[in-house]
Amino acid sequence: MDAAALTSRFPATQDLAGKDMPTFRVAAGDLLAAVRFLRDEHGFDLLADLCGLELQGRPVRFGVVLHLLSTTHKEYVRLHVDAVGDRVPSVSSLHPGANWHEREAYDMFGIVFEGHPDPRRILMWDSYPYHPLRKDFPLAGIEVPFPAADVAEVTGQKVEPAPMMGGPFVSHGGKLSEGEPSALDQSWTEEKPKA
Amino acid sequence: MVKSDFGYNSKVEGEVIVTRADAVVNWVRSNSVWPMPMGLACCAIELMAAGGSRFDISRFGMEVMRFSPRQADCMIVAGTVTYKMAEVVRRIYDQMAEPKWVVAMGACASTGGMYRSYATLQGVDNIVPVDIYISGCPPRPEALLDGMMLLQEKIRQEGGSLRRTFRGRTIETKIVS
Ligand code: SF4
Repeated sequence: MDAAALTSRFPATQDLAGKDMPTFRVAAGDLLAAVRFLRDEHGFDLLADLCGLELQGRPVRFGVVLHLLSTTHKEYVRLHVDAVGDRVPSVSSLHPGANWHEREAYDMFGIVFEGHPDPRRILMWDSYPYHPLRKDFPLAGIEVPFPAADVAEVTGQKVEPAPMMGGPFVSHGGKLSEGEPSALDQSWTEEKPKA
Repeated sequence: MVKSDFGYNSKVEGEVIVTRADAVVNWVRSNSVWPMPMGLACCAIELMAAGGSRFDISRFGMEVMRFSPRQADCMIVAGTVTYKMAEVVRRIYDQMAEPKWVVAMGACASTGGMYRSYATLQGVDNIVPVDIYISGCPPRPEALLDGMMLLQEKIRQEGGSLRRTFRGRTIETKIVS
């Protein structure tokens, strides 16, 4: 595909000069039209992937990345979309396969897909209050009530932070990385509770 | 004389066998454990292997895998129990008829295993009483068979097998002949 085709049709589109495949940053308002344009006029008929993205410390916190594949021309294109607040238009009306991917991005990051036909969580249970892949969420988890009240009553079980001490995710050499704050939250153990 | 739960001497008793009710009930129960495969992750693959001809769990009277809790008396929890699934595990356990036993197969079911994270229940014994824990990630089918034989041993040693408590009530079974 000719990169100019997309940038001339949607002037707000930025060519990110992807090294492995054509990559563009598309404005959230243009997303549906751009995906339809690529599908109907350039043969990008398969949504290969859709993932949520959190960029900490940048003006736009959340984003979505789409990989589109043309089964006739055997080429990929990658679209970056910055969320407006935490909202991104849903492409599941154009590619039904986006449905579950968008539910997962909503579940893990709290990105709201506008126009999604079934905007429920997909991995965590419906009443779970957090979005666990956000960088400010500790890997061990946060205490919340057990999903089923009647089972909680019989067993006395709660959803508790997992013990990290001695586990596979504890760094013994200090901080794991500055870019992964959830992994920094390893300062506490069973013996030394969280401050 | 061999120490035995059963007294039988054809010259003396003819067609009469003398035993204890516990012994005969436990003998029956331990040799016809009907497991329910609660296969939740990779450990379930080894559980399936244990049912195949190479390892052949039916040698021990346990091949009748029942996928309905109402027909099973041993739940084999094979895999990672997430909090979302924990509710289901407990409900299925509640639907099993007494007497019932639970085997925690593998590191995940026993302790949460390597999944020390927000989503995983740290051991299925937090929600159901576990009789046998089997170590391994995953345990080999032989380890499962060993665990199941230990369970049989445990069943054989249970006392008061005609008396069970269920939800705080004591239920007594009477043998009438
Ligand atoms: S103990 Fe290992 S093999 Fe078994 S379910 Fe857990 S991760 Fe999988």
